Amino acid sequence: MSIAAEQHALRDDGLNGLQLSTRLESIWRTPSGFLGALMSVDHKVVGRRYIVTSFAFLLLGGLLAVLMRVQLARPENTFLSADKYNQIFTMHGSTMMFLFAVPVMEAFAVYLVPLMVGTRNLAFPRLNAFSYWMFLFGGCFLWISFALNVGPDVGWFAYVPLSSLQYTPTKRPDVWAQMITFTEVAALAVAVEIVVTVFKQRAPGMTLDRIPLFVWAMLVTAFLVMFAMPSIMVASTSLILDRLVNTRFYDSSSGGHSLLWQHLFWFFGHPEVYIIFIPGTGMVSAILATFARRPVVGYPVVILSLIATGFLSFGLWVHHMFVTGLPQLGAGLFTASSMLIAVPSGLQIFCWLATLWDGRPVYRTPLLFVVGFIVIFVMGGLSGVMVASVPIDTQVHDTYFVVAHFHYVLIGGAVFPLIGAVYYWFPKITGRMLSEKLGRWNFWLAFVGFNVAFFPMHILGLIGMPRRVYTYTADMDWAHLNLLSSGGAVIFALSFALLLVNAIRSLRSGALAGDNPWDASTLEWATSSPPPPQNFDRIPVVKHRDPLWLDSASLPVVAGLSVERREVLLTSLAEAEPQIREGSPEPSIWPLLTAIATTVFFIGSIFTPWAVLWGTPPMAVTLIGWFWPAGSKEDEE
Amino acid sequence: MPVRIRTALLPFATLPLAACAGRQSALDPQGLQSEQIFQTFFIFLIVAAVVWIAVVTVLCVGMLRRKHGADRPLALHQSFERTSGRIVFVLGLATLVVVLGLSIVSYAGQRIVFAKDEHALTLKIIGHQWWWEVRYEDDSPDRSFVTANEIRIPIGQPVKVELETADVIHSFWVPSLTGKMDLITGQKNELQFTAKNAGVYRGQCAEFCGLQHAHMAFAVFALSPDEFGRWRDHENQSASSPADPLGKQGEQLFRARGCALCHAIRGTLAGGQLGPDLTHIGSRTTVAAGTLPMSSATLAAWIADPQHVKPGNNMPKMPLQSDELIAIVHYLEQLK
Repeated sequence: MSIAAEQHALRDDGLNGLQLSTRLESIWRTPSGFLGALMSVDHKVVGRRYIVTSFAFLLLGGLLAVLMRVQLARPENTFLSADKYNQIFTMHGSTMMFLFAVPVMEAFAVYLVPLMVGTRNLAFPRLNAFSYWMFLFGGCFLWISFALNVGPDVGWFAYVPLSSLQYTPTKRPDVWAQMITFTEVAALAVAVEIVVTVFKQRAPGMTLDRIPLFVWAMLVTAFLVMFAMPSIMVASTSLILDRLVNTRFYDSSSGGHSLLWQHLFWFFGHPEVYIIFIPGTGMVSAILATFARRPVVGYPVVILSLIATGFLSFGLWVHHMFVTGLPQLGAGLFTASSMLIAVPSGLQIFCWLATLWDGRPVYRTPLLFVVGFIVIFVMGGLSGVMVASVPIDTQVHDTYFVVAHFHYVLIGGAVFPLIGAVYYWFPKITGRMLSEKLGRWNFWLAFVGFNVAFFPMHILGLIGMPRRVYTYTADMDWAHLNLLSSGGAVIFALSFALLLVNAIRSLRSGALAGDNPWDASTLEWATSSPPPPQNFDRIPVVKHRDPLWLDSASLPVVAGLSVERREVLLTSLAEAEPQIREGSPEPSIWPLLTAIATTVFFIGSIFTPWAVLWGTPPMAVTLIGWFWPAGSKEDEE
Repeated sequence: MPVRIRTALLPFATLPLAACAGRQSALDPQGLQSEQIFQTFFIFLIVAAVVWIAVVTVLCVGMLRRKHGADRPLALHQSFERTSGRIVFVLGLATLVVVLGLSIVSYAGQRIVFAKDEHALTLKIIGHQWWWEVRYEDDSPDRSFVTANEIRIPIGQPVKVELETADVIHSFWVPSLTGKMDLITGQKNELQFTAKNAGVYRGQCAEFCGLQHAHMAFAVFALSPDEFGRWRDHENQSASSPADPLGKQGEQLFRARGCALCHAIRGTLAGGQLGPDLTHIGSRTTVAAGTLPMSSATLAAWIADPQHVKPGNNMPKMPLQSDELIAIVHYLEQLK
């Protein structure tokens, strides 16, 4: 190595304090200006956008839910037409599953995982930027289609043959199928980034048994995404091929089968529930440890439960298909395998209860949401055990009982922890606290509103109300419970309005947070709030599972990373021993341009097969721009 | 659970819901299968309630319990960690045992619900967007007939329905009698049930099947075997020709205005296969697959503008003069 190279490779050993942080900040910061913002590859910038965008979709999806509840509040209501109602419940399901629940969980991971494992950026930051743009464009495409009255109307599950060209000749299912592709791209990209970041970029000393539980949860989720998403990718691509180029994957009159769709869809669709729920458990573990003032009881039990849940979640998709006429013995086995998932879920609940039992809990808003989570989720889990039984399922399948069950699981299991997580990490992300007073109102409105809205649905299902009906007659005796449920839905919606008000007010005038307002134990609280572009001036060294509680006086750090260029430290997989310094990509406009080209290609192909021809060159050009070898200064020597 | 205790407990379970038990309710079982399902459900419900109450109790006590010791994080007691580890392990095992127990209960119920009887009365049901075709088939053609949206069965005798679909996936569901079964494209499913008591039980399509999924209902009339026999003999007969001039005019208009292209009326030249068979429509209780109760007014409203009654259904609006409409309605009404 020449003398020149030695100078280029200036390390942080020689610098200290302000000098070091100014230097690193100028290297890692996102370029200023509008163009700079479009070029950003900082995980915090992308993560913030991801979180805000998915919450915007939550508001839109929630608005649709309120519209449905208004329609169902009275029998034979004419507030919505059948066509509008069918579009609205399809959009509600698709928005909540594909544009809110999965993205928001991955968004929190994009923001938090690098901070929690003590590194400066995600692995593959440009892929991360690209995935955000794909998610944004896919979501906007779906909602603009809805506004233009081409919104999908065959359910978020889009069963064939109803979604086939023969029975739905409009462009609506094509819009839906293409939107799936966009979100698949985004979800898969983030999953890959998380796996690599967790496996290769952890701070030195953060062995596998010192990884924070939230990070473990996101790691398991990332694996679920990587194995589940390809299934829906195959399903939706086959659907659109059936529709656009007349293949016959699902056409039973020419050798295909309509049940093929259901198998592929639910092989994705059941793990999907855990893709949403497992990050929720990670949030619960993080919040619980901090506010119970002690680590979660049974750390290895919780991790093994997460992994077991992940594995089992692939073995029970058939419980969505008990009434499709499958062989009875097979269905019985899927009953047992579905119920088995109660064991790892139960183990986690027991560990959390023990944590609260032994802890000295501080009842701030995040912990309230965790307590609400336990009360609601346990009920949803138990109704899940019922739904897993073949005979019971033949009665409650496709009724409001199931609607109640999965809202208890998804809202109780994921949204309650998520709102708790918003209160918990808002100070880290924005530097300001959310109002505790509004937070308590928020919790109680959400808890009461949720139960009033969804508990009656159990009974409605049992007394015969099917799902996805836009109206019913007064003589069915469903009117009172539906009215009650609609009232609860309005209260529940108000709680989200309050959260929005709280967030906007606190952004302007919330109390300043400081680095570690909750006295939490994990690494994201070791840096300032909001964190600087480089996350940490020096990468911390981890010696305990709860570094900030045990090493709070002075966190040990490593030295020797470059202050001349973007560099992250790669460590070994199990023991997290330092291995190599690795360059991290600079900001770039190419991910955005590639996303635009991909979007034009995909949307164009719905309307003309020629898009496959004229759509590829722009994609090729932008991809070449993206991957053009840029060579570091060290390479040039 | 011994049958005696179970039967003793059942009324208490249904008590709070008694007001809700309607003619399309899983909580008011009137068939062998629905009763079995309800009992399985009831066992699950008890277990679930016990578990939920236990968890919430531990949660509340844990939250309210007075705690001693240092007020800083990580003042851990090794003894607590060990004890809690053991408790969690035992509870995990208990969960496993409960889950396996419930699986066995479920499988036992499943075997009874799906048990097959070789001597069952067999009929074929074909789902259409958005109505039900019901075929009573017999080896001798003069004992076979087709009807729509209303199924009559004898009580106490097992009934087997063979389920097929003419278009998309539907689901056949009469909660008072048994659970549901899908009608899948390119596949033949079947379902058996036995009604215990006479009555009219409402059923409804449970799988989303397009625009008018909400209006795809039907009714099952459980009759005494004698009554059923009489009904079947009557239903076998072709439609009787109208005697009065208005009826005759209606019959003629039915053909002339194109109704017969889609609808069949046995014993007449009307032989359309697309819509419901109307041979004995006058004796049915609803119009348009449970959408409206049957009366001259609703029948007239349906024929005059089917798209207003059930938007998006496959019956076109025919241009009819009001006197023509009156004649057709009159004709159909007397097809009993």
